[in-house]
Amino acid sequence: MINFQYVRANNAKSAIAAAAKDKNSKFIAGGTNLIDLMKRGVSSPEKLIDINLVPLKQIEMIKDVIYIGSMATNTDVADHQLIKSHLPALGMALNAGASPQLRNVATVGGNIMQRTRCGYFYDTEMPCNKRQPGSGCGAIQGYSRMHAIFGASESCIAVHPSDMCVALSILDTTIVLAGPKGERKMKFTEFHKLPGNTPEKDNNLLANEMIIRLEIPVDDLNQRSSYIKVRDRASYAFALISVASTLMVKADKITEARIAMGGVAHKPWRLTEAEAFLVGKAPSLEVFEQAAALAVKSARTYKDNGFKVKLATNTIVESLKSIS
Amino acid sequence: MNCEIDKATIKNLIVFFMIEREEEKFLTCDSRRDFLKQGSLYTALALTPAQLLKAADQNADETFAAMLEQMPLNITVNGKAHVLKVEPRVTLLDLLREQLELTGTKKGCDHGQCGACTVHIDGTRVNSCLTLAVMNEGKKVTTIEGLAIGDELHPLQAAFIKHDGFQCGYCTPGQIMSGIACIKEGHAETKSSIREYMSGNICRCGAYPNIVDAIEDVKKRGVQI
Repeated sequence: MINFQYVRANNAKSAIAAAAKDKNSKFIAGGTNLIDLMKRGVSSPEKLIDINLVPLKQIEMIKDVIYIGSMATNTDVADHQLIKSHLPALGMALNAGASPQLRNVATVGGNIMQRTRCGYFYDTEMPCNKRQPGSGCGAIQGYSRMHAIFGASESCIAVHPSDMCVALSILDTTIVLAGPKGERKMKFTEFHKLPGNTPEKDNNLLANEMIIRLEIPVDDLNQRSSYIKVRDRASYAFALISVASTLMVKADKITEARIAMGGVAHKPWRLTEAEAFLVGKAPSLEVFEQAAALAVKSARTYKDNGFKVKLATNTIVESLKSIS
Repeated sequence: MNCEIDKATIKNLIVFFMIEREEEKFLTCDSRRDFLKQGSLYTALALTPAQLLKAADQNADETFAAMLEQMPLNITVNGKAHVLKVEPRVTLLDLLREQLELTGTKKGCDHGQCGACTVHIDGTRVNSCLTLAVMNEGKKVTTIEGLAIGDELHPLQAAFIKHDGFQCGYCTPGQIMSGIACIKEGHAETKSSIREYMSGNICRCGAYPNIVDAIEDVKKRGVQI
């Protein structure tokens, strides 16, 4: 690892000020992704700003909104009674990710900011537009088994690796960011971006901004949410396909549906067409299968990931069955 | 061009920086890289022999930087308090193994994928390869060496022997540290729960069934761990 300057910040303001002073600096929280990337030479910041002392670990409910600080660990959130009771998909997604050791230090903010696990991104001998803009994409012609089937571009077919973010994207989550000019809020579904011509940018966070907290409403829809994950082994592997979903059914009619998939795109992939299709229909296996077929209609596969279309279809159906 | 720098010159230069650092009194936890980059080293070199200026041209300033970039670290390992100096890039794993000579904690993948480096920090299990030593200021670390009391093995260590929970033994320290946490967290209620919550510890010999038996045995006996 190339050496770097290291400073500790005691609050968000001083952390942001330290970042603004040095263009090639990065915040470090749990470090489980960043240290990995630094060891491999994928990321080489000149300065690390340790934000572990920044007091943003709160998990609390105030007037039907759950507030989760960006420095809360994955374990803290997953095992918290408020999350288990009101946001089951979030707890399930967190516990489906990584290992207990990693979840104990990995934070909410870091989980949102984690980079893709595309092998070409990690291998500095290979071309990768995300790591080195303009160098090309090794995956498009290469080994693409883990790669995107939705929303990819000619420059990048990587997928976002987070389980937690897939759950957050169906929970009507608001993300609160702070920068040198103060705080701003954004719908969580607008935080991550598709690769387009700028795959080096994973999200819409501006320079010197940091993630402060999440705000998630407590309501019936969120309370009925669920998360399932399909992977190569029973535990401790990234998703081939994962699905977070929730349905509201009144008088045997679906009144609202939210479904998102992981392991298929550069960001958590909301199935808006399938969601619209479900509204007004009576929940049944046939309707779920029709919705799933609609969801994968726009899929574009590569050399090694054609299997994901069928796997996605089946996983969507399983997910909807589990909550209806 | 070769450029030899004698030890006395280096010593003088370090003393020069130490004095200046004392006077600075800013950000006590700030490592030195920024300071050196801002040209102070070149100012210092202007006062030193031509030989050293040549060294600076040849990036020898990086060598000085490395010497001065050590940061103070207070950390307690297995009950013993240490006052150390470490570079920011040193992981907790490398600190334990290379500086404190506690080689029981193993370096497997060094990327948080195998669990061989699992230790407890303030009672919580973590991968020591993915945390920087300097991020653990004031923390209490327990490694495999800190479990036995004299010749008396920790109950889970004894259970690993009883149930033949290892073959080559390389993953074993991590398995045991993780296993203790698994029981303490309340995740050792069933075999399937043990398997799920031990999934961050890989055993290439495939001793998994015996590892699960050892953890289950200690959990069922309800002994103090």
